[in-house]
Amino acid sequence: MGRGGWVRAALSSRSFMFGLILSLLFLGAALLSFFWTPFDVARLTISERLQLPSAMHWFGTDHFGRDIFSMIMVGARTSIAVALVAVGIGMVMGVPLGLAAAARAGRLLDEIIMRGNDLVFAFPALLIAIMITAVFGASAVNAIIAIGIFNIPVFARLTRGAALSLWKRDYVMSARVAGKGAARISAEHILPNIANLLIVQGTIQFSLGILAEAGLSYVGLGAQPPTPSWGRMLADAQTLISLAPHIAIFPGLAIVFTVLGLNLMGDGLRDLFDPRLRRARA
Amino acid sequence: MKHFTIKTAFAGVAVLALSAGLAQAAQTDITVGMQLEPPHLDPTSAAAGAIDSVTYANIFEGLTRFTSTGAIVPGLAESWDISDDGLTYTFHLHDGVKFHDGTDMNADDVKFTLDRARAEDSANAQKALFAAIAEVNVIDPLTVEVKLSEPNGNMLFNLAWGDAVIVAPESIDTIKTNPVGTGPFKFSNWVQGDKIEITRNPDYWGTPAKLEKATFKFISDPTAAFASVMAEDVDVFTGFPAPENLPQFEADPRFQVLVGSTEGETILSTNNKMPPFDNVKVREALAHAINRQEIIDGAMFGYGTPIGTHFAPHHPAYVDLTALSTHDPELSRKLLAEAGFPDGFTTTLKLPPPSYARRGGEIIAAQLAAVGIKTEITNVEWAQWLEQVFRGKDYGLTIVSHTEPLDIGIYAQPDYYFQYDNPAFQALMEELNATTDPTKRAAMLGAAQATISKDYVNGYLFQLAALTVANAKVVGLWENAPTQATDLTAVYWED
Repeated sequence: MGRGGWVRAALSSRSFMFGLILSLLFLGAALLSFFWTPFDVARLTISERLQLPSAMHWFGTDHFGRDIFSMIMVGARTSIAVALVAVGIGMVMGVPLGLAAAARAGRLLDEIIMRGNDLVFAFPALLIAIMITAVFGASAVNAIIAIGIFNIPVFARLTRGAALSLWKRDYVMSARVAGKGAARISAEHILPNIANLLIVQGTIQFSLGILAEAGLSYVGLGAQPPTPSWGRMLADAQTLISLAPHIAIFPGLAIVFTVLGLNLMGDGLRDLFDPRLRRARA
Repeated sequence: MKHFTIKTAFAGVAVLALSAGLAQAAQTDITVGMQLEPPHLDPTSAAAGAIDSVTYANIFEGLTRFTSTGAIVPGLAESWDISDDGLTYTFHLHDGVKFHDGTDMNADDVKFTLDRARAEDSANAQKALFAAIAEVNVIDPLTVEVKLSEPNGNMLFNLAWGDAVIVAPESIDTIKTNPVGTGPFKFSNWVQGDKIEITRNPDYWGTPAKLEKATFKFISDPTAAFASVMAEDVDVFTGFPAPENLPQFEADPRFQVLVGSTEGETILSTNNKMPPFDNVKVREALAHAINRQEIIDGAMFGYGTPIGTHFAPHHPAYVDLTALSTHDPELSRKLLAEAGFPDGFTTTLKLPPPSYARRGGEIIAAQLAAVGIKTEITNVEWAQWLEQVFRGKDYGLTIVSHTEPLDIGIYAQPDYYFQYDNPAFQALMEELNATTDPTKRAAMLGAAQATISKDYVNGYLFQLAALTVANAKVVGLWENAPTQATDLTAVYWED
């Protein structure tokens, strides 16, 4: 399938396009917030607090009189940064581990890596995060590390599983016969062939990372004030819900739509990458 | 058919009325919600105010006691005589007072209590209250003589504190889990992390309590506190943590909202020994960077009185010094430049859980940022706060409410966590302690307030309001909080 076929396939998948647009929207908002936001989120104007959405404040103002729309833009930055780095940690650590395990399948190294994985997996993800932030203090950096750590086994397992089946393929066999080492084969033949799987998983993990960041911030273990964060916006809004519902609704919707967008995009990518579906389309 | 319907309806109304009548007549128990759970139940060996919130006046009583207005009235001591030189107090105890375990409360117990509190190894959190006492003598079972080493105009006030309640030697070993006092309520049960139950003491020496049973429920989360009152799971919530919800309760005929004053001076505590705060110009700059009204509105939704010094505005000796630290960012920047920080500096701001601190902290951070002082906010739990800030002195700024009554004396302790060391102020406090004449005392208290205000020791923000939400039918609650207490002795349900 040529390049044109890809675009056509992508365009014809409505859910993928919807997910892509949502994801790009939040990414764009986050990037834009570096240069411009409608209002300064560091400035509090108590006299203008809890205003309903209006032409001036599109999403209204919070309990300190900050513009919620601006806060969501900057909050997107926090969420995306945390999730991106966390997924990065997971991939950079997890994929080589998975490749190594697959290359030494059934041997001691494989056992060590995979049992280590099980160990990390056995802890609920948020529990690890709470443990890390409890020991090292609450901050965005520690939240990133915490979320990153529970991403490692996800990628390690996925990589190992996918790589194992590739190791039995003829072209890998011939590479071995040609005298290539395990590391080279993993890098040159295995990795490119599982890259699509990793991208799909990365998208899903990315959305989970955003949820985790929101969760950690909600309980006060993520980004610390005054850095805006969707989770903490929700926590701050809690006692004010009956008074000014909009200050909880908008950050809530931001989380829902970002996660929805990323999931739809991930699903769409999987369909696009899937060779069987690709053949069906062709 | 129509006839039948009306008849049924009448019957229904009758049943409803009957059941409503029954429910109204029966209520003799109460559930009181509060945010903090006490670590244990001995008010004489810990600083935690939550202990007094449960035990003061309910389980334990002192020789004297506070009323809801802050006045001092007789407690276990029926009356007292003070010698002309002000050095000897003779207390006449009430006859027939028994501890909850059936033993008599007499002069020996008073001597035991006071000697224990002022002993070398005493764990009492307010040892300074007893510092003036030289010796305690038992004259007869109902008469105690307290001799002072120097006159102390505050003695009767000091003895009213929760830290000075009378305890018995027989029950002292288990007091932390099974407090035995002389009060109108007995301790009955403690489910850790959930509630403490007390029941009426049938053998009480004074006017018995109207309630038969009271339950203190601990609900730390403001949202849960709101929900529990709305759902009428608790009948009273003292120290209600979410002031933004009060208008809703006020509008609801099921509830009453009591807004009183507390002894809680809410301050931006400053580490006076840590550079650059060791420079008075920097502290003055800090004071002028702060906009009090904005903090009161933003963090407390308008509940709170601005203060300019560490003193309660309802106290007769209070001096309004807010003018010394008006909101003036221009002046603040100028002072910072004079102190050698034209571009400001960075410091830490550690915030304990209450919303006055968490929300107030964000507002203060923004106000300080406007004059160039950058703050790194860290939200800490109380245990961390006590360890890092109060004991470890590892902080630049923090926000906390000092709820002890008349506690300006803490500024005379150079090792107190804000580390203010001013020999002149310490001498003034010593002189104050030795003075009994009310007019002179007031003048000295005024001078003390001015000293710390002009030294800009801390950022003085506002007096914490006492916010209580209660069922509209509950009568007899304290509106003000002159000390940490939930006095239930006179509380009852209106029919």
